[in-house]
Amino acid sequence: MEILYENLLAFQWQDIVMILLGCLLIYMAIKKEMEPSLLLPMGLGTILVNIPGSTALTGPIEELYNAGIANELFPLLLFIGIGAMIDFGPLLSNPKLMLFGAAAQFGIFFTLSMASIFFPDAMDAASIAIIGAADGPTSIAVANALGSNYVGAITVAAYSYMALVPVIQPPVIKALTTKKERMIRMPYEQKSVSKTTRIMFPIIITVVASAIVPDATALIGFLMFGNLIRECGVLDSLSGTAQNVLANLITIFLGISVARNMVAVKFLRIDTLLIMGLGLVAFIVDTAGGVLFAKLINIFSKKKINPMIGAAGISAFPMSGRIVHKMGLAEDPQNHLLMHSIGVNVSGQIASVIAGGIILSMFGG
Amino acid sequence: MPDITVGQAGIYALLGYAIVFAGLIALMLVTMLFGKLFTRKKEEKAPAAPVETAAPAPAVAPGTAGQLKLYNVDPKTAAMLMAIVADKMGKPINELRFLSIKEVTE
Repeated sequence: MEILYENLLAFQWQDIVMILLGCLLIYMAIKKEMEPSLLLPMGLGTILVNIPGSTALTGPIEELYNAGIANELFPLLLFIGIGAMIDFGPLLSNPKLMLFGAAAQFGIFFTLSMASIFFPDAMDAASIAIIGAADGPTSIAVANALGSNYVGAITVAAYSYMALVPVIQPPVIKALTTKKERMIRMPYEQKSVSKTTRIMFPIIITVVASAIVPDATALIGFLMFGNLIRECGVLDSLSGTAQNVLANLITIFLGISVARNMVAVKFLRIDTLLIMGLGLVAFIVDTAGGVLFAKLINIFSKKKINPMIGAAGISAFPMSGRIVHKMGLAEDPQNHLLMHSIGVNVSGQIASVIAGGIILSMFGG
Repeated sequence: MPDITVGQAGIYALLGYAIVFAGLIALMLVTMLFGKLFTRKKEEKAPAAPVETAAPAPAVAPGTAGQLKLYNVDPKTAAMLMAIVADKMGKPINELRFLSIKEVTE
């Protein structure tokens, strides 16, 4: 009889809390539709690894973790899918939008300074700062490469706040802009982008970005590889596979194997709350950085820019671009900012990967 | 692992942010350069392309010569004049557009 209840007695309160947290993640995924493709497997994974004596933790989850996260393979494979999903057309029509992508990485570097107050370990501070990339795979890859003790908390923070972008960004944008600024119209001049340009773009970006930041080579290379599959025009089947099957498959594995770091002993700390707080700061400052940069440009430019598009420079793609578009329509139903905001949004994707590479080259040693 | 102070982190942050900007500016310039290069190449090739790009065809229904204003000219004479012009130019009449025909009396 003892065998039936022996393991039940092994439960600690911390295990129960983590199992409840796993249930909360599943609830948020299903009921609130917050990044369900990642939070749901992560939620179940959290339950699996917190059952005392769980064979899941020491067996398949550990194996998946070593096979795909410890060596950074899963985030890179996911980038192929993301690259295949992105249309860089709006950015190619107006390459100047890249500047806004750079501006909106401010949250990463501001958070680096803030994190160093609470986390003096350089690797941990840098890993926490990368939450501001607003880019799940980059956050996981960088935190893991730096050997952070907080990969689980960083992943939860990154994906949770990405899902909460519609809640986080609008109040920050409104606080930093006047109604008049939000109503600035930006007519979109449709420029045709040749197929050759679309094909050459991922190749050029890979070469130039890798030459500038060699530590970003894998991240940018896989992202652009996915985009090249999309744009080459002869691999439609592979492009479809990358966008759907590959991205979904990797997301499942990524979600459940990240849960390896969601064990009570690693997660139930004050540090986790601090990381969640710093992650929120990173997203807010990212948004503010983009908006303020656009306002700065407006001081010197004759052709005024709607400063809201600066907020789309965080790489939460395509959510951030759509939010800015909706906010523009709310102020003026004739003000269509979508093409500009999506252009800024995709430039944020490139900028966040470069920022990730810079963090790696600074702290990866 | 090495610890960093807030001051050191601030310096790293400034440096990192500056490099992100420099990197993106470099990418922007390269993208603009290649964009222009490919556009120019395309334009250079354009003259060899079929004439259809060069001909801003008037919005006229096929088979018509468009709306024509007649001043002191009866329709029969106008039709004859248009046929003569088309014949002299060696072009089908529906590819020509006559705006008006006016009789000049001196």
